[in-house]
Amino acid sequence: MNLSRDDIPALAFSALLLGLAAMLPLTGSSYWMGIGLSIAMFTVLSTSWALFSGPTHYISLATAAFFGLGTYTVGLGFESLPFWLLIIIAAAIGAALAGIVGLATLRLSGVYFVIFTLGLAELVRQLTTWVQNLTGQRGFYVLTDIGETEIYLMLVGLAALVFLTGWLIGRSRLGFALRIIGDDEEVARHSGINTARAKVLLFMVSGLVAAATGAILAPRYVYIEPSLAFSPILSFQVVIMALLGGPGRLWGPLVGVIPFTFLWEAISSSFPNQTTLVLGIAFLVIVYALPRGFVGLIEDGRHRLRAREGYA
Amino acid sequence: MSATVLSLRGATKRFGGLVAVNGIDFDVTEHEVMGLIGPNGSGKSTTLNLISGALKPTAGSITLHGTEIAGLAPQEINRKGVARTFQLVRMLPSMSVLDNVMAGAVFGHRRAWGQAARDKAMALLDRVGLSGRANNRIGELTYIDTKRVELARVLACDPRILLLDEWLAGLNPSELETGITLIKSLRDEGRTIILVEHVMDAIRSLCDRCVVMTSGTKIAEGTPAEVLNDPEVIRAYLGDDDA
Repeated sequence: MNLSRDDIPALAFSALLLGLAAMLPLTGSSYWMGIGLSIAMFTVLSTSWALFSGPTHYISLATAAFFGLGTYTVGLGFESLPFWLLIIIAAAIGAALAGIVGLATLRLSGVYFVIFTLGLAELVRQLTTWVQNLTGQRGFYVLTDIGETEIYLMLVGLAALVFLTGWLIGRSRLGFALRIIGDDEEVARHSGINTARAKVLLFMVSGLVAAATGAILAPRYVYIEPSLAFSPILSFQVVIMALLGGPGRLWGPLVGVIPFTFLWEAISSSFPNQTTLVLGIAFLVIVYALPRGFVGLIEDGRHRLRAREGYA
Repeated sequence: MSATVLSLRGATKRFGGLVAVNGIDFDVTEHEVMGLIGPNGSGKSTTLNLISGALKPTAGSITLHGTEIAGLAPQEINRKGVARTFQLVRMLPSMSVLDNVMAGAVFGHRRAWGQAARDKAMALLDRVGLSGRANNRIGELTYIDTKRVELARVLACDPRILLLDEWLAGLNPSELETGITLIKSLRDEGRTIILVEHVMDAIRSLCDRCVVMTSGTKIAEGTPAEVLNDPEVIRAYLGDDDA
């Protein structure tokens, strides 16, 4: 593989940041661990969401479905199978479901795709609830000796994998194909790109990662039930954070996740009963005020700076 | 006798009760520039869409070098060597001029990647007269330059046959001259081209042969001079009084 001159410092810088993130447990503070866990979780979810939705502009609200399947995989299997194997199984199930859904729905465009994915998440949740009612259970306990530190480190590791995957896709023909699809699908098709395959592949990557994240986080919930594991608000949070950051760049969602996690923390501790309401308002403000996210803001700033230098 | 590149037999497209293209037959031989002409709404663009795969024919056969391509998806037809421009120019607005052209080089009929694709795209930008514009944004281009970019993108696919859908439409007189010279230079390279066109000067100076359509049916075929003097063709364009 050819690395350009810009790649090596960028890679080194990313490795340094990940290394620093991995040292968070050394602080020993449970408040910071809580925040760190949220940031790591949403970084993984938003970044993998944006791998697909960033270039294609297909907004998926199905994150909760994949995430919930992941937690349920662990919930059902933690007594009989090793934890690492369950994460891999969850990832495989997530990828398979995304593949099926992708083949069935990526012909839909715009708002139809959004509604379908929202419906899918709800369908999976209702089905799980129904099956559990038949068996007479409400939910179940996930009792393991996996603590917050291990979960956090696994998430940071997964984040590293997601960034690496995103970086590799960005340099590949697949990444180029997705950018073309996002600009004009008709041109993409008439330039010889198999648009359906490219979109399904990327949707599978984001489904896989969301399911693996759900699996990793299952031990933290201790008790899981459908309304928690398949919580629709999760899908919305992922979209808001990615949009706040800017889904057009690999590092974009990360710049959205960090401030949003603190904002969310502040909202849920100050207005515990109105969190959804405030979340809704935050969503409106972000879409109106920052249509291209922080990334857009940063790039506009750079552009203006360069223009000013040009005139000077 | 040169080889037949593309042939249509009974190609038909119906939209509900409307027959847009009605059993069209024609052949395009290698190194030939074939004009597809006719009044507005005669089915020229629909015929082009059937060839490129944008629309699937209701009936009939379309073969490329003897292989059936009717009903294939556009990406498959493109990879077999049919590349087209669009009636309303289509760009990739978030990308640079170079990336727009590379899209054709990376995914077209002959596929290249990395430096090879970049070199090919740069060479084609020179070819269409856009040297030095590689890093421009699409929004910074004039209308004719976006047409040039689209042409370069299509050429980057290395097509066996090139479909130009009113590529000269909307150009002002001086641009039109430049445009005709550019297409003529492609013809001199020995490319096989089908062009849908309204500009009569272009048809006279560029086409080896023309197929004239009206209401979805072929009414004449021959050299530009032959078809433009055909009473049937004149009637289709101007009505009975002038025929």
